[in-house]
Amino acid sequence: MKEWPLWEVFIRSQHGLAHKHVGSLHAPDAEMAINNARDVYTRRNEGVSIWVVKASDIVASSPGDKEPLFEPANNKVYRHPTFFPMPDEVKHL
Amino acid sequence: MPSDEKFEWLLRLGDNALILAQRLSEWCGKGPVFEEDMALTNTALDLLGQARSWLTYAGEVEGKGRDEDALAFLRDAHEFRNLLLVEQPNGDYAATIVRQFYFDACHSLLLQQLTNSTDGRIAEIAHSAFKEVTYHLRRSSDLVVRLGNGSEESHRRMQIAVDDLWVFTGEMFARDTADELLAARGIAPDPATLRDPWLKHISDVFRAGTLTLPSGAWMQKGSKTGHHTEHLGYLLAEMQFLQRTYPGAKW
Repeated sequence: MKEWPLWEVFIRSQHGLAHKHVGSLHAPDAEMAINNARDVYTRRNEGVSIWVVKASDIVASSPGDKEPLFEPANNKVYRHPTFFPMPDEVKHL
Repeated sequence: MPSDEKFEWLLRLGDNALILAQRLSEWCGKGPVFEEDMALTNTALDLLGQARSWLTYAGEVEGKGRDEDALAFLRDAHEFRNLLLVEQPNGDYAATIVRQFYFDACHSLLLQQLTNSTDGRIAEIAHSAFKEVTYHLRRSSDLVVRLGNGSEESHRRMQIAVDDLWVFTGEMFARDTADELLAARGIAPDPATLRDPWLKHISDVFRAGTLTLPSGAWMQKGSKTGHHTEHLGYLLAEMQFLQRTYPGAKW
């Protein structure tokens, strides 16, 4: 069991469009990871689709890079499409 | 409407699910890894739900006012109709998985046929149970192959379990008057017809798991007349203790 890799689990619920991260588990391979995710994370009718990804395959941005990566976007108001008056017919676009 | 025979038959299905659920629950908190613990207890809960459906219907068919709880907690061992297979102790993980596999392979075939029962209630219960058991069989088949091909120790333990539990498999296909009557009315299949497809699946999975299919022909029997192994008494003592000590106790 020490050699079982860690997998991150993503579930898409019946009413959702995107898979959400719900947690992680250990399993020896992909098929058991799916079965284990089904057993552990869909007990209360949480979902209709499961993605499992080996934690080691996930590449994440480093928390230390938060400022240079994300701060500059905060004060670029001209990037937001908020200056167009929307006609009533397409209010919910 | 053969109600005595139907009552007997419903008890068999309900008791199989109930006793196996009880056995699997014994693993709760003691599984080898967390994920397996969840899987076994989930299976137990599925079976418990099925037991409730079957025993509730059985009580109605009997017509003596016994509900699912009265049947589950107030009958003695000789009144239970579960297969000898499901009351066998958990043993090691190999024994638990092989017991599950032998049962799931037959249970799945039986439920599939029952979805076409001329009794609408039975067809309905079978319909939802079949979805659960399809997953049970997929899981146990997969584990048999994995453990069979795993390490030298897992293979050894698996082969011991395969051989030891073999004598309890024949009972699943034995037919008595109740079975014949229900088969004649299209309510349930003749259990003997399930043996060949069961054996085919078992053989295929054992081959994939490099396990040897046992060849013994002599089989244990007796559950259909309430003759059980010594294990059932202890299991019921634990399961029924609360209701028997505090009759009528409620949450």
